[in-house]
Amino acid sequence: MRLISFVTDYVRYILKGSLKYYVWMASLSVLIVGMMVVFYLQNTEGLIVTGMTSQIHDGLYFANLVFLVGVAAGAVTIVFPAYVYHHDGMHKVTVLGEMLAISAVIMVNLFVLAHMGRPDRLWHMIPFIGIYNFPHSMLGWDVLVLVGYLVLNFICGFYYLYIKYVGGEVNKKFFMPLVFISIVWALSIHTVTAFLIATMPARPMWFHSMMPIRFIATAFAAGPCLIILAFLIIRRNTKMWVEDSAIRLLATIVTWCLGIALFLTMSEIVVEFYHRTEHANGLYYLMFGLHGLTGLVPWFWTSLALMVAAFVMFLIPAVRNNTRLLPVPCVMAFSGIWIEKGMGLIVPGFIPTPIGEVTEYYPTFVEWLMTIGIWAFGFFILTILFKGAIGILQGEVRYAGDRAAVAE
Amino acid sequence: MSTENKAPAETVLPASADPAQAAAPKATRRDFLKAGGVLSLSSLMGTAALMAQTDDAKATVEWAEHFQKNYRLMTDEEKNEARIRLERRHSAEYGKKVSVDISGPQAGVLMGYALNVRKCIGCRRCVKACVEENNQSRGSRPGERIEWIQVLRMERGEFSEEKMNHGYPEGLGIQVGGNAYTPVGQVLEGQFHYTPEAVPEKDATYMPIACMQCEKPPCVKVCPVRTTYREADGPVVIDYNWCIGCRMCMGACPYWARRMNVAKPVLPREDMNPATHYLGNRPRMRGVVEKCHWCLQRTRQGRYPACVEVCPVGARKFGNLLDPESEVSMILARKNVFRLKAELNTFPKFFYFYD
Repeated sequence: MRLISFVTDYVRYILKGSLKYYVWMASLSVLIVGMMVVFYLQNTEGLIVTGMTSQIHDGLYFANLVFLVGVAAGAVTIVFPAYVYHHDGMHKVTVLGEMLAISAVIMVNLFVLAHMGRPDRLWHMIPFIGIYNFPHSMLGWDVLVLVGYLVLNFICGFYYLYIKYVGGEVNKKFFMPLVFISIVWALSIHTVTAFLIATMPARPMWFHSMMPIRFIATAFAAGPCLIILAFLIIRRNTKMWVEDSAIRLLATIVTWCLGIALFLTMSEIVVEFYHRTEHANGLYYLMFGLHGLTGLVPWFWTSLALMVAAFVMFLIPAVRNNTRLLPVPCVMAFSGIWIEKGMGLIVPGFIPTPIGEVTEYYPTFVEWLMTIGIWAFGFFILTILFKGAIGILQGEVRYAGDRAAVAE
Repeated sequence: MSTENKAPAETVLPASADPAQAAAPKATRRDFLKAGGVLSLSSLMGTAALMAQTDDAKATVEWAEHFQKNYRLMTDEEKNEARIRLERRHSAEYGKKVSVDISGPQAGVLMGYALNVRKCIGCRRCVKACVEENNQSRGSRPGERIEWIQVLRMERGEFSEEKMNHGYPEGLGIQVGGNAYTPVGQVLEGQFHYTPEAVPEKDATYMPIACMQCEKPPCVKVCPVRTTYREADGPVVIDYNWCIGCRMCMGACPYWARRMNVAKPVLPREDMNPATHYLGNRPRMRGVVEKCHWCLQRTRQGRYPACVEVCPVGARKFGNLLDPESEVSMILARKNVFRLKAELNTFPKFFYFYD
């Protein structure tokens, strides 16, 4: 009974909102409709409507997929300090981190759907009905850890909210093991995603053991950047107050993870270019262009400039601890990493092809529309989840006996 | 020519791969219903749709095709049903009698291939013959033209006295063997887009590549649904009906042997080769991956692959690796043989040799 009223109260609460809320959701919906249209187009015409070819067959979708797995894993930067270091400011907002992880994983799944040549046959992956190439296929592992992470965060997040809603105490024997599993699991999703591309000797640009740690470093920089931005927006627009201490800790985490990421980028450049074998051609294409093709060169240098500048800004305490200035380096680092880890990592892996062909990839309008639509869908979900969570945390939605009441 | 890959006489051949003698089994409505009586999800779907008196045979067949199992897990009965379905659909679509062979591997056969790099003249007749034999897409939009064989043109470099102290070259893929700005020695990075007036060209050598049919294929390992696998007689094949189009295999292949059908393949009726094999050259659909399979529709019937047959200089050799008397086995025993990218431990069954 209480569970039913939890669901109905939750739904009723998220349906109500200010005009600003409705406008925001409506504009996201427009983009989502656009995404559906191009998804239909892609699955009737084929992938020819995208810029992908047999030479460069992973593009914008795969790039966003990889990046968003990082954002999902980044949620652990809230959960870890909250439960391991008992950080008070973080503890109050842990559930928001879990909500972010849920929406990021949903976005990842949508990008998987967009990437597939035959999404109608995805059931072939379901064990027993189809065939699941486990444990050989790294993609199989990736699906496993991503689905597991989604379930873990859903249980942890909504169990906590439900307890808050009915006003009871969290059952620690049940809850704490799940929290610690989800912390380790967060690392696993990004490690496995890194393995997905790092285990291909055919693609020398990706074939190195630095990939997982680099993925995690960039994830723990980009994820908290988004979380900081979200927290600042929440402080402005809702009754919920996120403690300064939480934001400061996140800024510190971003600073050092960004520093490590830059260090790893530098290491890669030195190692690859000292002798510059043919295996360095991918990186060379990214940084300087190859055989006159320079499609990604401006992207790379923009990304590097953004990341370095953001790092310097984060290093200055006056910027890092100033919540008015903080969004600037956050946006810079977030977009810098989005480029570096997305297009900047995936596309040069295919240039040149294993037989030495140098071609370029340009995302088409269809791909951009799909990508923006999926992000819009992610933000749509995120807004709902945040709104519901904040309502419960603030005590606006709570169980009121037989007759559920929603305070406005 | 050798006789090592002649099919034993007692083998029952469902359909000849030779278009001239193609005698496809009759696929009547009654047969189809009878076959559909076997308990399987796919046949139930197909029969149910037939019972519902759908006029459009193609839609019915496609619906049943959607729910069929992975080819490897099908019983012989189900394989036969799948064959009949495909023959019906393709015959209707291409307006000719299309046969879909489902004959399996024979015991004691391990297919192998050897290519004489010294003999190849770069004429690319193999590329053309392959496309015609294997029903590849031949459209004009980018990505719609698919070729499984690439002939890489390699430049011969030069050493010249006046340039000997000019420092190392700046270009790419150039062996830094001496000091010169021009390519030195053989340029190891080939180019498959070339338009010569005549072949062979004086300043070039040629290196044809295609699927290496590895014994330890990276593409098979990464496939999340096991739609691509090694057949018992050697070739790595794809069940096109089971492929989800994730393209992991394409990323894993070190020889760039795999192609994506980015659109519905463009295959004009008159050009369609009606003698097909289920795991081989039957027409593919949108969104799936395809690659060379050593012309299973021919080789399982004791014929040579199209590229071997068409090669004007006899650079291409094909045969049974388990038969010590076969041409390929003799080459492996006696010639200077190497494998491409041997350091990756993929163990290709496609060998290069020179006299």
